Amino acid sequence: MPKARRAEDTAGSLDGLLASREIVVACGPGGVGKTTTAAAAAATAAARIGGKVLVLTVDPAKRLANALGLDGIGNTERQVPEDAFHNAGVRPAGELWAAMLDTKESWDSLIRTHAPDARTRDEILGNPLYRNISGRFVQSHDYIAMERLFEIHSEGDYDLIVVDTPPTRNALDFLDAPERMADFFSSRLLRWLIVPYRSRLVNVASRPFYQVADRILGTQFLEDIAQFFILFQTMYDGFVERARAVQRLLAERRTSFVVVSTLEVVPLREAEFFAEQLVARKLHLGAIVLNKVLPAYLRDPSGAEVAEAMRDRATDLAGALAPVLGGAEERNVRRVLTEVGQSYLDYRVVAQREAEQRAEVGTAPEVLVSVPFFDTDVYDVAGLLRLGSRLWGEEPRAT
Amino acid sequence: MVALLDRRLVFVTGKGGVGKTTVACALALFAAERGRRTLLCEVDAKGDVASYLETDETSFTPRQVLPGLFAMSMDTEASLREYLKLNLRIPVVGRIGPLARAFDFVATAAPGVREILTVGKLCYEVRERHYDLVVVDAPATGHIVGQLAAPQAINELVKVGLIRSQTDWMVEILSDPARTGLVIVTTPEEMPVNETMELAGRVAKETSVDLADVVVNRVLPELFGRNEEQVFERLCRPDAAHRLGELVGGDPRPVLEAARLAVTLRRTRAEHLERLRAGLDSEVQMLYLPFLFTRFHGLRTIRQVASSLGEELGF
Repeated sequence: MPKARRAEDTAGSLDGLLASREIVVACGPGGVGKTTTAAAAAATAAARIGGKVLVLTVDPAKRLANALGLDGIGNTERQVPEDAFHNAGVRPAGELWAAMLDTKESWDSLIRTHAPDARTRDEILGNPLYRNISGRFVQSHDYIAMERLFEIHSEGDYDLIVVDTPPTRNALDFLDAPERMADFFSSRLLRWLIVPYRSRLVNVASRPFYQVADRILGTQFLEDIAQFFILFQTMYDGFVERARAVQRLLAERRTSFVVVSTLEVVPLREAEFFAEQLVARKLHLGAIVLNKVLPAYLRDPSGAEVAEAMRDRATDLAGALAPVLGGAEERNVRRVLTEVGQSYLDYRVVAQREAEQRAEVGTAPEVLVSVPFFDTDVYDVAGLLRLGSRLWGEEPRAT
Repeated sequence: MVALLDRRLVFVTGKGGVGKTTVACALALFAAERGRRTLLCEVDAKGDVASYLETDETSFTPRQVLPGLFAMSMDTEASLREYLKLNLRIPVVGRIGPLARAFDFVATAAPGVREILTVGKLCYEVRERHYDLVVVDAPATGHIVGQLAAPQAINELVKVGLIRSQTDWMVEILSDPARTGLVIVTTPEEMPVNETMELAGRVAKETSVDLADVVVNRVLPELFGRNEEQVFERLCRPDAAHRLGELVGGDPRPVLEAARLAVTLRRTRAEHLERLRAGLDSEVQMLYLPFLFTRFHGLRTIRQVASSLGEELGF
């Protein structure tokens, strides 16, 4: 495929990207519609490109279940019933599958894979610290999300996996998670901690650290931690190797990243930072999707003049319009004209701000897509496909 | 039901993108304007608070940024340093060597340590009465429960030691509705409303913190009264629109279409608002903030939001 032509043809569409990659990771700031965009991209790829497409959502708020009209999607992948496409008037070329990340379940399965024997496995699964790490504390989402992606990808069941990323404190956390996990298991401090308790007190270099740690956390807790990590140590090689493999997969050409944002000031700033970071890390920035963009007619210059006239000359206009309005009360007509005019001018301010923001987007990805503000929520396959057609760069059919 | 401004510690959370930081800043600003010595703490340390308040970068040491309003950003390592200084007599900080690494290790190894250092610092400011009100720009909905439940979680894990003796008074402050309250910020949209109801349930079940208020941000104005909608429909008919175009000397269709968009948006959102009200405990107060059609952002916006918030709080 000649590259120049392709870029020209698909500059406003995700089509080429979704057809040529095996993994597409949707990322960006919170609240911009990442989950819906990922689901729409996957649904549309399944409908148009074909093959077996999986959307993997890692969001703990169980939103994809809503968006796909499916209850209780678990850790296991399930096919979205073809009927859901038929109801939207579409005969899909391929299959759409969906899965949601259950952090606890994923950790457990990871332990089962890597534990050297049944006893270690059971001891880890029963350890109170392990239960806390895997269940309660959110940092573990970041790692497990990427781990699970790796696992599903290596099973090779899908032609395309679209991943929605977890809402991290920092949008980059999930990228660093595998590396952090590997670092952590290789750290000298971890080795310090799991030396037998007695010899710790003898070791001059580390003694102050233990004295402090003892006073803060209590000896028993430290022992619990040590016990836990001694158990974990048995899985060290498997974990580190795995974490590195996850890292490699993200950097390969078969993986691409799509940054989703709105044109609001703060999210866009965050998204741009994220796009820059992807490029700096030599990861593939496939596209930027600008979501919930207000319609262009709000920036129509003559529109503003008309709106101002309606607002400022409402009284005169109300009188003149009375004959064509079937005897509506003039007072009501006046109010409607004023409100409609003012409302246009209000929305126009926001639309203009968005246009300025868009013009200032510094990073130039191969693909830049704008998705309009939908006036109703996207909650079913029909809605996803409608959104998807905009991701394919199509204008809506005239109504 | 304790009024929001009469509490000592208010956590502000919400789904990403709903305006959580804006509301936290506005609440803190409003409290300060009402004469409360107020501390605003940004937990995520993204620097958004400084940008919204148009001030220099904030740090762990609180700094007065506006009259009566102090701002800081959480730094768990600095919090640990302060804690050690206050609680251990030995001048340990210099002696444990690379504190950063040791800390990173402890924080990763012992789940909840980062959370406890955050909550601990906030509770400490409350206990010492350094401020009348501490407003926390808290983690987003996905993370807040872990944060608020940290002292209890630590209590279950750690049976003895300094931390154990410390978590008891934190739990006491956090569980006291006269002192501590949670505010969830949302917008009248499907996903934020779902997440708000889900979070309200989890907060009640998994933490002892009182859900004080739900702030609904970006509420769109109602365009038409009862009879006016009919008038609008007639105005949209080709003959009326054409006549209007002649009278104003331009094509009115973009303007009419924009009004239709505004009406639909408002209507869809109203449904979500009803769903939210029905899904929340009737004790929970809902505060409404209007959508701001402005081109600026920063302190001017915060002042506008603060004044709307003040009205909603009955001032």
